[in-house]
Amino acid sequence: MEYTLFILLLPLTSFILLGLFGIKLSHKISGLIGTGSLLIMAQLSYVAAFSYFTTQRIDAVFQTVIPINVLWLKMGTNLHIDMGILLDPISVMMLVVISTVSLMVHIYSLGYMKGEKGFQRYYAFLSLFTFSMMGLVLSTNIFQMYIFWELVGVSSYLLIGFYYTKPSAVAAAKKAFIVTRFADMFFLIGILVLSYFTQTFDFGTLTSGDSSIFQQAISAQFLGTSALVWAMALIFIGGTGKSAMFPLHIWLPDAMEGPTPVSALIHAATMVVAGVYLVARLFPVYVLFTPEVLQGVAYVGAFTSMFAALIAMVQTDIKRVLAFSTISQIGFMMVALGVSKLEGHHGLGYMASMFHLYTHAMFKALLFLGAGSVIHAVHSNEMENMGGLRKHMPVTHLTFLIACLAIAGIPPFSGFFSKDEILSATYHFSTGMGIWMTVVAALTAFYMFRLYFSIFWGKEKQHAHTPHESPKSMTFPLVFLAIPTILGGLIPFGQFVTANRAPYAIHMNWMVAGVSVVVAVVAIFIASRLYQYPNKRTATVPTALRGFHKAASHRFYMDEVYLFITKKILFNGVSRVFAWFDRHVVDGFINGIASVTDWFSVRIRGFQSGEIQWYAWVFLFGTLLITALILFV
Amino acid sequence: MGELLINNAGVSLLVFQLVSLVMFFAGIYGFFTRRNLMMMLISVELILNASDINFVIFNRYLFPEMMDGMFFALFTIAIAACETAVAIAIIINLYRNFGNADVDNLKNMKG
Amino acid sequence: MTEHIIFYLLAFVITAFSILTVTSKRIVRSATYLLFVLLATAGLYMMLGYYFLFAVQISVYAGGIMVLFIMAIFLTHKPGKRVPIRQGWKLGSCILLSVAGVLLCGDIILNNVVGVVQYIEKKELTMQEIGTTMLGTGKQQYLLSFEMMSILLLACIVGAILIARKTKTVKNVPNETEL
Repeated sequence: MEYTLFILLLPLTSFILLGLFGIKLSHKISGLIGTGSLLIMAQLSYVAAFSYFTTQRIDAVFQTVIPINVLWLKMGTNLHIDMGILLDPISVMMLVVISTVSLMVHIYSLGYMKGEKGFQRYYAFLSLFTFSMMGLVLSTNIFQMYIFWELVGVSSYLLIGFYYTKPSAVAAAKKAFIVTRFADMFFLIGILVLSYFTQTFDFGTLTSGDSSIFQQAISAQFLGTSALVWAMALIFIGGTGKSAMFPLHIWLPDAMEGPTPVSALIHAATMVVAGVYLVARLFPVYVLFTPEVLQGVAYVGAFTSMFAALIAMVQTDIKRVLAFSTISQIGFMMVALGVSKLEGHHGLGYMASMFHLYTHAMFKALLFLGAGSVIHAVHSNEMENMGGLRKHMPVTHLTFLIACLAIAGIPPFSGFFSKDEILSATYHFSTGMGIWMTVVAALTAFYMFRLYFSIFWGKEKQHAHTPHESPKSMTFPLVFLAIPTILGGLIPFGQFVTANRAPYAIHMNWMVAGVSVVVAVVAIFIASRLYQYPNKRTATVPTALRGFHKAASHRFYMDEVYLFITKKILFNGVSRVFAWFDRHVVDGFINGIASVTDWFSVRIRGFQSGEIQWYAWVFLFGTLLITALILFV
Repeated sequence: MGELLINNAGVSLLVFQLVSLVMFFAGIYGFFTRRNLMMMLISVELILNASDINFVIFNRYLFPEMMDGMFFALFTIAIAACETAVAIAIIINLYRNFGNADVDNLKNMKG
Repeated sequence: MTEHIIFYLLAFVITAFSILTVTSKRIVRSATYLLFVLLATAGLYMMLGYYFLFAVQISVYAGGIMVLFIMAIFLTHKPGKRVPIRQGWKLGSCILLSVAGVLLCGDIILNNVVGVVQYIEKKELTMQEIGTTMLGTGKQQYLLSFEMMSILLLACIVGAILIARKTKTVKNVPNETEL
């Protein structure tokens, strides 16, 4: 399966081509180059997925395939960094997800970004992102993953700051970069600690379940816990940065400053699930050797999903609602991973998490692209400028509704199945956790339908010009993505992706499913009563819950906490000392050197008069002096 | 310096040296004190000539079977001719621009 | 004994006229004194038995270069005009340095060059011998230097012409201020 190399090379070529020569190409041609290479890449991915899932199964267990692996850097006797391609169920699944969503976003952007300044740059960055994301999921070792991890961060930064003349976009790009970099620092430390003790970067060796390589890491103690626990926790912190888990979630809502297709691709479907993918990739290590960290993953995910869902209920910017919804849904995936075990029925969580990752990518990309279509039509992100759009934009309306039903967990849409598996897994873990996540699911249904009704129903607003349906290039991806959103749940996912790679038959837990459906329907009903038609109740709810509404609108003041920590404590407290030292000691030393040199040069500059005779005089004088010294002293 | 024949018959190397020494430092004195470019050039000729004499006498007295010193003197004379030609061209050009050939003029040409 | 007399005569001429060359205030006189010095040097060469060098010294130095000097002096100086010498502490420092140099080097010569060295009589250098040495490529033969010298001379001819020629004033180009 060496052809999988082209999956990486195609977007890279497209990036180099568009990055170097894009300025000379017309918009049409550069769009075609970007989209065309993606189209071929997507075909390759589908072929790879098909042939992998049909052929690489021995004794009902999927084998890891490494078609290409080359030695890249040698560090010491054992430790070496390779560059290669690793195919196993989750990476192949990610291939399909990324290439599908990326292709749809490329097509969609042909319409959405039409005539924008920097169109070629946009496509170059999209290609760069696709390349690095593919590299990330196909990594054979944790260090290669880290390299692509950073590349993904860079392309995310570039795309958030695409409208670089807008100060808010620049600020958002910086925020995203700094917050994720901050998390990546922990990731790197984790990698170094892990590889120092285990003497390997290789995923195959790490996840083989062989406990002998971890002996040293387990026996080494630091602050009361073993080094392995520290390493795995630090790696997880890296994952929380990319996946926007509490408390490092603050960058994701601001990242919505980027173009909407970018939000769909990077900040909903692919990059933000990198953290989930990372935990899934190292899942055997987590579950076998550091179950306490895995439990932490579950709690962080559970808290984040509730936290983000509460904020999403009151946001008025439609992209922000979707951003918080994304955070919440990623929380779901984390919880599912956290509660999972390795074998059989206990491994349900892992399967559910990957399943939800897949379905979520589809319907969340659909939601974002739909939102982009709406924004394209009304030129605003704010809910209050929308309303009654269902008549004007039938395709957008229908596909958006499908995605909303999917995320709310209404059967038979895909979200129902994956979310139901997650809920089953959490009930299996503990009843409290199950109830907590069911509440989050209800909140999800509520805020999604609040969004839906506010956009497409409610009172029709006056617009500068009548909103109209988006062009074909934008509606086609919506329709295309609607298909897996409707039918995706019917895929027997347990046959393909499981924790121990053996097939697993999904049994519906009708109790859990029934409860969650009932709760979702009730939530949708409440939302429709409040928002479907203009009424008095719409305004009374915020006043009734004044304190909560205000706090949630301010995103529970997390940004203020960060500002307080950075501005007040770091800048005023710690930095001031360093600033004083820098200004007086470091600068003073340099200034001292400069002023001494200046003083001295003013005094000696007369020597360099430009008179050749004077120079000759000095030269002869020196020669005679040296001769005399040699002779007589 | 190998075997040296010492007697009182001929003129000694030492006095030849003293003559060239005086010529040399006369040239140096002129080079330092004169402000006229032409005079500086004349002083340089004196210096070159003094070194020529040194080449020749060392050749004659210490290595009489060779001709290196003489050829050095020959080439130095050729180089002196070149140097004089170019220098005089420059001086004439300067004179054309400034109306005299004093070294102080050259300060005006510094950047 | 004749040799001694001739030598001291030449030595006196060289010493005296060297000093006069650099101290004379009139430039034409300086040039003339230099001519005497060069001629006396040529005499020294003849005394040592280098007849070819003697001829070159007379023809190139005393002939060619001196003609150049005098031509240039007439081109750039008004006749009879005195050229200045530096005055004050600078002059003093130069005199001091030159005298110190003479004393130091004289001391070295007197202490190191022992007694009288008689040069070994050798038969006269023939033109043939000089020619083969100058145009041979063997050990201690000078074809390369000779060729280098020819290139140097060529370069210096071109350079001298380039520097000394009059730059043409460009005509018919309107001045910017006139536009």
